[in-house]
Amino acid sequence: MLLKFNEILDKLPYSHPFLFVDELSRIDENSVEGTYTFSEDEFFYKGHFKNQPVTPGVILTECMAQIGVVCLGIFLLKEEKEEPQKIALSSTEVDFYLPVLPGEKVTVISEKMYFRFKKLKCEVRMYNAEAKLICKGKIAGICA
Amino acid sequence: MEEKDLNAQLKNIVEPYAQNKEALLKFNDSSHFIQDLEVNSANLVDIILDVEDEFDIEVDNDSMEGMLTVEDAKKIIRQKLQEK
Repeated sequence: MLLKFNEILDKLPYSHPFLFVDELSRIDENSVEGTYTFSEDEFFYKGHFKNQPVTPGVILTECMAQIGVVCLGIFLLKEEKEEPQKIALSSTEVDFYLPVLPGEKVTVISEKMYFRFKKLKCEVRMYNAEAKLICKGKIAGICA
Repeated sequence: MEEKDLNAQLKNIVEPYAQNKEALLKFNDSSHFIQDLEVNSANLVDIILDVEDEFDIEVDNDSMEGMLTVEDAKKIIRQKLQEK
């Protein structure tokens, strides 16, 4: 199982400072769960906001997309014996409830809505260490 | 199924995804989903899923790849309805 997670993480097309996945704890053909800890020195805290660092919503959305859609997509393509080629985000619709401060660990849980014609659409939720909902929404990506 | 009804049903499905509203007004057999109606490829998938629900059919990968214009879509819908 651990090997399976690492295989997926190795295939992610991101690197520092734009990789927002630390580990996966569960994955199957319908869902995935993973975590990321926002370190104190992430590049965006310097400017968002001035003297008051808060994780931007667009980065939370990216974190949800990387764990909830891209990791699951790599897993699903692997089941079909295909390698991911080029991937693109195709839509996001996210509501935010709580802020994420530097140093916080978040857990992302994603459930597949559909995977058809190379498009994966998921319902994704992000929770903080107290298991409180940070944000949730529908995110879709497509691969060529 | 009446030609007119099929056109209207299809137009209804496409409407929320079409960026080019002028092309939508001129919706006809030769309307190209991506070039004329300016649907993106991800939303073309949604159009096909909506077509599947509306007509209770299943569109396979090969048919999907051939679905470039309204005329193509109507051909596929008629063919899948006949196979039912």
